[in-house]
Amino acid sequence: MTPSPTDARPQQKGLPIRVRQVSKTYGRAVALDQVDLDVQSGEFLTLLGPSGSGKTTLLMVLAGFVRPNQGSLHFGERDVLRLAPHKRGVGMVFQSYALFPHLTVAENIAFPLKLRRVPRPEAMRRVEAVLDLVQLPDFGGRGVDALSGGQRQRVALARAIVFEPGILLMDEPLSALDKQLRERMQIELRALHDRLGITTVCVTHDQREALTMSNRIAVIDRGSIIQLGTPKEIYDRPSTRFVADFIGESTFLPVTGSGGTFRLGAQALKLEGYTPPPGANLLMLRPERLALLPEGAPGPDPRYNVITGRVTDIVYQGESVLVQIRLDDGGTVAARVSSARAALGAVPVPGASARLAFAPEDMNLLCGEAG
Amino acid sequence: MKALAAEGPNATELGRDARSERWMLFGLSLPALLLVGLVVVLPIAWLFLLSFQTEGGAFTLANYQRLIDQPSYRRILAMTFEISLTVTAMCIVLGYALAYLLAQLPRRVAGVLMLGVLMPFWTSILVRTYAWLVLLQRDGLINVIGEHLGFWQKPLALVYNMEGTVVGLVHIMLPFMVLPLYNSMRAIDRDYVRGAANLGAGPIQVFWHVYLPLSRPGLFAGGTITFILCLGSYVTPAVLGGGKIVMAANGIAGDVELYFSWGPASAFGVVLLVITLTILFTASRFARLDRIFGGGA
Ligand SMILES: Nc1ncnc2c1ncn2[C@@H]1O[C@H](COP(=O)(O)OP(=O)(O)OP(=O)(O)O)[C@@H](O)[C@H]1O
Ligand SMILES: [Mg+2]
Repeated sequence: MTPSPTDARPQQKGLPIRVRQVSKTYGRAVALDQVDLDVQSGEFLTLLGPSGSGKTTLLMVLAGFVRPNQGSLHFGERDVLRLAPHKRGVGMVFQSYALFPHLTVAENIAFPLKLRRVPRPEAMRRVEAVLDLVQLPDFGGRGVDALSGGQRQRVALARAIVFEPGILLMDEPLSALDKQLRERMQIELRALHDRLGITTVCVTHDQREALTMSNRIAVIDRGSIIQLGTPKEIYDRPSTRFVADFIGESTFLPVTGSGGTFRLGAQALKLEGYTPPPGANLLMLRPERLALLPEGAPGPDPRYNVITGRVTDIVYQGESVLVQIRLDDGGTVAARVSSARAALGAVPVPGASARLAFAPEDMNLLCGEAG
Repeated sequence: MKALAAEGPNATELGRDARSERWMLFGLSLPALLLVGLVVVLPIAWLFLLSFQTEGGAFTLANYQRLIDQPSYRRILAMTFEISLTVTAMCIVLGYALAYLLAQLPRRVAGVLMLGVLMPFWTSILVRTYAWLVLLQRDGLINVIGEHLGFWQKPLALVYNMEGTVVGLVHIMLPFMVLPLYNSMRAIDRDYVRGAANLGAGPIQVFWHVYLPLSRPGLFAGGTITFILCLGSYVTPAVLGGGKIVMAANGIAGDVELYFSWGPASAFGVVLLVITLTILFTASRFARLDRIFGGGA
């Protein structure tokens, strides 16, 4: 959070973004459908959704490369809807990075400064400072071709922030990197964002990445924002079956009931402190939130719901063991047991009976199609 | 090295495979090498020899001496370069605009239009040149229309001069300019243009700082091909120049007719060849330096 000594720039505040009723169609295909979105000043917001859901289109609307059919768009107080891309003053990291192959690293980064007529010594100083920031000191003289994927990503980022934009846009900035580097860059991006305070909108279809980096996540499907919330809200309380399916693993069981009481089979669910949406008909359970009770152990805290069944299958997955259980009341759920606990004998053999416990905060009731 | 290689399993066999593969590649390229030797290298060597020989076959520098002594050769060379440079410059201006237009269009449409650009290739140079004659002569189509609409009163001298020759050559050379330019423009990722705009570059700055430098390989290739083909043009200046325009090839042909000997013509040919190669070499050096120093900024 504290600015580093190399970062001589004034600490600046990011600009808020306000999107209202933005729609974009390509012929008959609807890429964006009446999108409303507020990104707060200095926030790191991730657009998460499946392929073809309109994430890139929304980002391109923000950057000015796609003209929407309708809607309004403001950066801070400024109406930018009809402003040409080069006048918007937003930094952008392209999926392809778009580093100019005929320029060196330093020239690439100095490019936006040159366009803004920053005096040469000042520009060189800022290029060096930003190269330090992305941990690529002494790379200025290199050709772009002589960089690894991760280094290119950093140079693209450096070029996008060197002119101190109030808004930073990134389209799947890490998708070209291998898993290890991607995970490291996620942490670095997040740290950098915390330091600079630029309002950031990042596109990804990697749920893990979204959960790691964002202040808030907007889940988008078929051109609409389905749910907007903090990673924890999105993960713990998905508002629809689509969101629950898309983020994390989950199993769904049909429930009946209304007016505050819901039944799984014949069993009434204990809801203490949790108000499900009206008309909910599905119980969503995450494998890692189900506690597998040892044989003959005393029952858990009375707040917990307990369901029983029979183990049908056990899948070894490295860091954990996934236990498939057929419930006595019908339906199948999966429970995850950490490898450490499995080693202590917490996993029953196939065919054994099993008891599962979950608290109200570990479950979720939603409306949606069963199955 | 050998001792080391022989140690591993199958090292000897693998080494033998690698060698026989190399021989096979050589064998495959042999016909092409022979053909190039026969068709390109031999005639040039012969030309070179002839230029240093008297008719009797003795060594002489007289043929080159004549090139220096007679001012007409220098005039021919100067005119050849003047025309070639003019044509190349005009091809660059026209060709760049045309290639840019094609590169912006959807591929299918561009493909169809490209056929139009290549259409001239389907007819012989002679036919196209005479077609220009029909258009440009005193009572040709252009003069008739121009006078009829009252743009000018007396017929303009559009042909049998430098202008007519340049027009004819530009028409013939344009495809050689457009093809490489179009290819290098197609290869420019749209993200580069968007990236530049995003960083604050207006349309003119995007063109100047990004598009032009990235299309330079095509510009360079097209320019070089056009220029060198122009240096060797014969039919167009002969027909559209009306005897007043004598380019190098016309000069060489004239020499052969005049002296009934190959010596002077060969010397002139050698000089032209050397100049062309020098240009090519310098140009390619420039192109490479360009890459190393990352020009265009
Ligand atoms: N230029 C275009 N012409 C026609 N349809 C387009 C165009 N650009 C996008 N679309 C359509 O709009 C929809 C949204 O596309 P978009 O690129 O925004 O998806 P995305 O969420 O970024 O997907 P991905 O994760 O695969 O990048 C898709 O159905 C796509 O086919
Ligand atoms: Mg996309």
